[in-house]
Amino acid sequence: MSTNPSTPGIAAGRLSAAQVASNFSDLHPPLTDHEARVAADRCYFCHDAPCMEACPTSIDIPLFIRQISTGTPEAAAHTIFSQNILGGMCARVCPTETLCEEVCVREEAEGKPVIIGQLQRYATDRLMARGGHPYARAASTGKSVAVVGAGPAGLACAHRLAMHGHDVTLFDARPKGGGLNEYGIAAYKAAGDFAQQELDWLMGVGGITCAYDQRLGDNLALDALQAEHDAVFLAIGLAGVNAMTVSGAHDADISAVDWISDMRQSPNKTDIPVGRNVVVIGGGMTAVDAAVQAKLLGAETVTIAYRRDKAAMAASVFEQDLASSKGVRILYNAAPKSLTADSITLARTETRDGKLVETGEEMTLPADQVMRAIGQTLEGAPDILALENGKIYVNETGQTSVDGIWAGGDCATGGEDLTVTAVAEGRDAAEDIHNRLMGKG
Amino acid sequence: MADLSSEFIGIKSPNPFWLASAPPTDKEYNVRRAFEAGWGGVVWKTLGEAGPPVVNVNGPRYGAIHGADRRLLGLNNIELITDRPLEVNIEEITRVKKDYPDHAVVVSLMVPCEEGPWRDILRRLEDTGADGVELNFGCPHGMAERGMGSAVGQVPEYIQMVTEWVKKHSDFPCIVKLTPNITNILYPAKAAMDGGADAVSLINTINSITSVNLDTFAPEPTIDGWGAHGGYCGPAVKPIAMNMVAEIARNPETAKLPISGIGGVTTWRDAAEFMALGAGNVQVCTAAMTYGFKIVQEMISGLSQYMDEKGISNVSDIVGRAVPNAKDWQDLNLNYVTKAVIDQDKCIKCGRCHIVCEDTSHQAIWMHEDRTFEVNDAECVACNLCVNVCPVEDCITMRELDLGEIDERTGKKVEDYANWTTHPNNIGASCG
Ligand SMILES: Cc1cc2nc3c(=O)[nH]c(=O)nc-3n(C[C@H](O)[C@H](O)[C@H](O)COP(=O)(O)OP(=O)(O)OC[C@H]3O[C@@H](n4cnc5c(N)ncnc54)[C@H](O)[C@@H]3O)c2cc1C
Ligand SMILES: Cc1cc2nc3c(=O)[nH]c(=O)nc-3n(C[C@H](O)[C@H](O)[C@H](O)COP(=O)(O)O)c2cc1C
Ligand code: SF4
Ligand code: SF4
Ligand code: SF4
Repeated sequence: MSTNPSTPGIAAGRLSAAQVASNFSDLHPPLTDHEARVAADRCYFCHDAPCMEACPTSIDIPLFIRQISTGTPEAAAHTIFSQNILGGMCARVCPTETLCEEVCVREEAEGKPVIIGQLQRYATDRLMARGGHPYARAASTGKSVAVVGAGPAGLACAHRLAMHGHDVTLFDARPKGGGLNEYGIAAYKAAGDFAQQELDWLMGVGGITCAYDQRLGDNLALDALQAEHDAVFLAIGLAGVNAMTVSGAHDADISAVDWISDMRQSPNKTDIPVGRNVVVIGGGMTAVDAAVQAKLLGAETVTIAYRRDKAAMAASVFEQDLASSKGVRILYNAAPKSLTADSITLARTETRDGKLVETGEEMTLPADQVMRAIGQTLEGAPDILALENGKIYVNETGQTSVDGIWAGGDCATGGEDLTVTAVAEGRDAAEDIHNRLMGKG
Repeated sequence: MADLSSEFIGIKSPNPFWLASAPPTDKEYNVRRAFEAGWGGVVWKTLGEAGPPVVNVNGPRYGAIHGADRRLLGLNNIELITDRPLEVNIEEITRVKKDYPDHAVVVSLMVPCEEGPWRDILRRLEDTGADGVELNFGCPHGMAERGMGSAVGQVPEYIQMVTEWVKKHSDFPCIVKLTPNITNILYPAKAAMDGGADAVSLINTINSITSVNLDTFAPEPTIDGWGAHGGYCGPAVKPIAMNMVAEIARNPETAKLPISGIGGVTTWRDAAEFMALGAGNVQVCTAAMTYGFKIVQEMISGLSQYMDEKGISNVSDIVGRAVPNAKDWQDLNLNYVTKAVIDQDKCIKCGRCHIVCEDTSHQAIWMHEDRTFEVNDAECVACNLCVNVCPVEDCITMRELDLGEIDERTGKKVEDYANWTTHPNNIGASCG
């Protein structure tokens, strides 16, 4: 019999290519014109809208939805992009249930928010499909800025700087830009090759030179960047992963982020090995994404083991429900204790007097693959920069402790580790850099 | 991006979107915020004569018609003209105009139908810097009972007389605001023109009762158990207003009279439609009262996008574009034949098209055994009713028959243009 979900051990190709393609299609299929109009009609055009307040990039949501309802989704896209140039990706990956849609007055009133994220996708898709780029650059300022890291923070910063007429060189350690948009986000959220399409479209503004395979602290030196450019923006994300200290050793104890990254780079994904029984350790978005995608690739059982309770889980209820709906089992209050070559033992926990303690009960699960999703850490930050809580310290405008160097996104302090927050921080740092370079700041 | 700047009877404004004379323009505070929000101009809330101002009711003055999801479709009001002292309004108008020289500030007026009061109020306005005046001959409630507003607007002779006084006693560009509560809009429009008006604006509100409370048996809005008719406005009145605008624009006698289009303008599209039918600009009241001043941003972005896509660089190039195509019924081509076509892939089989055609005298849509629906070309008169009731967009469309093609209903070939004036059944038609 050919390889299937029950094939023991670790194997690629548990499902047919067609099945995998269907599993990895859009989580939310794009809205049709009619669906978009009906959805837009539900928006009340609130004054001082709570949704807009909740969006880290402060997109004028009531205005863009109104522009959709009057048949001008392209104008709606302008409204979106003027605040968030990665509005297309954010429409797909934002946990809207904890951002704009959570506070939508219709969520409050009826438990059914206006589907802001899907409407945002409708508008941005429409404008991007027209080709070309919606913004023209200001006249050249003759200034140049080095942006290190081509993830959402770096892209947003580079784009805003380029618009203001500065010349930008965008460095990244990887052979491709996009950061976690390209290597991390769940494939069914950014179906097709959206991350690269968006990147190419964004570059259409002009004035941005990409320099890939350039790693800061390796073949790229900060002092050289400082010498050659008028300002430096660091957006290097969190390249390291937390270590898990448990006794014993497993044959396939891997980092969830690395596994996802390999999977994202595989065109049809049938070459990605996945266990028959997979156990994912962690409680965030990465844990959910790894578990769901393992399941979609044909793992027979997938279990997320999270050491605290449901309420403490960083992944939203929507994400947890998504995992459950795909057949992932979530074990709360289960902390990793020890490994053997093909199993994992979990200690059951509870919270006593505010402290997480083991109850003494244990359970052992068969595990052909153990994926660690217990958080990423800063790696490769230049020594001269002050850190705070393991991240590069920045003030509210994105300046680090060293004059002339700004930072934003996951690598820097402030905000949640989300795509949209990274975009906001990149954009705002660009404005601050611009003011400084033009002698206004 | 398209240039939205507008010039209407010599009055310049950054865009053709003006706020109509109504509560949103009743105060300096409002008007300043309106300009900041992006409105191109305002017609100040109607001023009355000096002395003690009018008094409004102190209970509900609005009633509304809502869609099922509480979208406001029509608004009714029993508000009077400004209830603030004339001096206060005049000071405010002067200050606002000084600070916003590039925005249009037109002042709406309504005083008793005598020459003295009109002369006096025009003098009071001389130093305000206002760009023009609008004569409110439209308000259909309250003021009309006192011989003003629509009481003047319903008598063409009065319109002409007052307009003449206004032109005699001032140099202000003069817009005459018309009431729709008449039988034929051309009479008041022509009277305004003959009186020397620079433009007409229309429509003011339509006499209406929005609802009746079936417990208290009182019309709503109800003031202490009684109700009076009010003026209807908002999206519901747009078709009525557009027809009146088109009537004036396509009538040879009044065709050159500039028009400011009012009535239900809520989106860029509404504005563009009014302008295509001959309005030089538009005025908005209910939409601003329903959503706030910010909606003008959608009007601006939408009109710009439309103009860019059409390659239209100036708003004046939209004005009147649809007028040559607005005709009398008798001009329409009776040899233009279409047939309804159902897209079977889109059809959800609700049966509505069948039953409305069945019960509306044509019986042209078959309902087959397998619950599929098909148009019988031999019966279809192309009325469009099925298109209008079908819940699925573009599911039923109209196919135009080619010249020479047989119309299965009549058995005749489709011929060249011919209208009723020459039709053999028209016994009044002149032959040859
Ligand atoms: C698996 C996973 C799923 C996620 N899902 C979501 C989601 O659904 N929704 C959401 O909002 N957020 C999600 N996130 C979080 C989101 O992806 C990040 O918050 C966001 O990408 C941060 O952007 P950034 O630009 O700061 O960093 P990154 O996207 O990490 O980009 C950093 C870039 O810097 C480069 N780089 C790193 N070190 C160096 C160096 N030394 N020199 C040069 N270049 C370097 C990297 O190659 C990378 O391209 C997810 C994260 C993960 C890991
Ligand atoms: C509450 C209210 C008060 C109004 N007051 C005036 C007025 O003082 N003078 C006037 O000319 N028109 C007045 N109008 C009429 C409006 O200016 C406008 O002609 C009408 O509402 C149609 O436009 P709309 O559909 O955009 O509201 C008033 C309308 C409303 C709703
Ligand atoms: S809160 Fe909801 S209803 Fe209000 S503007 Fe935002 S999306 Fe629209
Ligand atoms: S809208 Fe304002 S003035 Fe009117 S009833 Fe409500 S609170 Fe009172
Ligand atoms: S009304 Fe439209 S959807 Fe309904 S049966 Fe007719 S064609 Fe089909």
